[in-house]
Amino acid sequence: MKTEQDSWGSRVGLILAMAGNAVGLGNFLRFPVQAVQNGGGTFIIPYLVCFLLMGIPLLWMEWSMGRFGGKSGNHSTPFILDTMGKRRFWKYFGVFGIFTNIAVASYYCYIESWTLSYVLHSVVGTFSGMDQGQVAVFFNTYLKLGKSTTGIPFEAVVFYILCLGLNTYILSRGLKGVERAAKIGVPLLLVFGAFLAFRGLTLGTSGASIAHPDASAWDGLNFLWTPQLGSIWNINVWLAAAGQMFFTLSVGMGTIHCYSSYMKSKDDVALNAVSAGFMNEFVEVVLGSLIVIPIAAGYLGLDWVKENAGFGMAFQTMPYLFDQWGPVISRFAGVFWFGLLFFAGITSSLAMGTPWMGFMQDEYNFKRKAAAWTFGGMILFFGLPTVLIYQITVDGTVDQVFFNQYDYWAGTVSLVVFALAEAVLFSWVFGIKKGWAELISGSDIKIPVIFKYIMLYITPLMLIIVFLGALLKPEGNDWAQAISGLFHGQGWSLDHDSMIKMITNSGIKEELSLATDPGQIKFLKNKITIVNAARGLLASMFIGISLLVYIAYRRRNKLGEEQAS
Amino acid sequence: MNTSALIFMIVIQATVTFFTVLFFWKVLKAPKQPEPDSYTDNDD
Repeated sequence: MKTEQDSWGSRVGLILAMAGNAVGLGNFLRFPVQAVQNGGGTFIIPYLVCFLLMGIPLLWMEWSMGRFGGKSGNHSTPFILDTMGKRRFWKYFGVFGIFTNIAVASYYCYIESWTLSYVLHSVVGTFSGMDQGQVAVFFNTYLKLGKSTTGIPFEAVVFYILCLGLNTYILSRGLKGVERAAKIGVPLLLVFGAFLAFRGLTLGTSGASIAHPDASAWDGLNFLWTPQLGSIWNINVWLAAAGQMFFTLSVGMGTIHCYSSYMKSKDDVALNAVSAGFMNEFVEVVLGSLIVIPIAAGYLGLDWVKENAGFGMAFQTMPYLFDQWGPVISRFAGVFWFGLLFFAGITSSLAMGTPWMGFMQDEYNFKRKAAAWTFGGMILFFGLPTVLIYQITVDGTVDQVFFNQYDYWAGTVSLVVFALAEAVLFSWVFGIKKGWAELISGSDIKIPVIFKYIMLYITPLMLIIVFLGALLKPEGNDWAQAISGLFHGQGWSLDHDSMIKMITNSGIKEELSLATDPGQIKFLKNKITIVNAARGLLASMFIGISLLVYIAYRRRNKLGEEQAS
Repeated sequence: MNTSALIFMIVIQATVTFFTVLFFWKVLKAPKQPEPDSYTDNDD
């Protein structure tokens, strides 16, 4: 059914594209923050164990599934999963492999556009002379669309559309375009990251000031790297480490299946998968740990970092820290930092476009360009609300309610659901015997046979635990007390952040019940409306893709019947 | 940095770097498959 056959140019290009898909903003922003929030040096051991027991097995499963599905001409997860399981419902689990990408790309392109804009601001020296508070206010102003930081009206929207247009154009060039972007983006990202990591490693106590006399980059590194074996039995640390695997490796999304579906069955997937996976780990563990935390601790002190560690540091703090390096180096550092985030972002968002394109080309005979532009159009439709709809809190900061809903349901929950489904399918439905044979077919490395049993038992079990951990997160995230309480007949109190309570908006409703100020009551009521609207849009997207899959399935059946007669 | 943090950092980062280089080196050194393979740059 396919009209144009896409293909990879070279093996190195494919691995760089896969590594670029995995390396994203989370490598530099989420990983160090997770480490800080989960005990610093305590975090790294569970993290690496999860990489071995869950990350690598999932990478192998997804690469193998993609190449297997590609043999039948399938380049997206609905029909890749359909070729592996006899039950009809598997293809609807495969819908997650398209849905997640469209939903995540919708807001991911927005973050990407911030990095693009901040590269420009770094070049022109916008942050020069600003104190930390002013840099934070600048970011907040940028998000408020009515106020421009450059004179360009609605500049956040302009940069968003610019970024989306660039993504769509590259996607319209097919896999060759994606490969070329990875061949440029990944090496540049490594060079930029190495420069900043060197600064982080050598900053020491030179950034201490009158305001922060005890500031020391060594404190940040000590906190990140001192092994604290006593905390290793804390289940929260393990859940956080396992959760980080999804974000860092881009597993559970459907992009890896899509990329590997363009491979021939005799070509290796096992070595390719670990090579791309370890490239991602290098960027995360080696470079990611040496930039944000030590540099911030070097100027603001470790206590400040522990209190304020978060995603926003990249935009609200780093420009101020770079400004301490003098007018010339600060501009280079700004361009390098936001440049590396941009390259990390775009190589991931490009990957998010390919499952939709593969699906439309396979099932609806779309030309490559048409498939790319329909993707761009959909991202614009579903993504603009994440740019335009937000709330201003009492203290004047922007609460990106719409954006956060996409991030939670598509960027967190969907990944776990899909990864769990595919692990069960691969190991138990398709069968580990066939799955293992598929993995080692054409392999350029010998995989220890113990991984066969890890993929059969350990990986699915870990995914079930991660899923239940999100579904049933106890109050205050205190698992020890919740389990103890359960055995003492006190029941199980769910946290407002648990998946079940999130569905019912219980956190906002509780705030609403306690609120007395009319302004606050109106704010919270509006918040519930926005939350429900975002979920409605996501649900309509999922249903729409499911319908397209159903129609494609009927078309396939009809075609099969016609050919048989 | 304290000694235990320094040793831990060096061991973990060196291990990750070693495997990254090792696997990529294996990719570069792996024998080419006969045509037609998955990659078009080496096509005749």
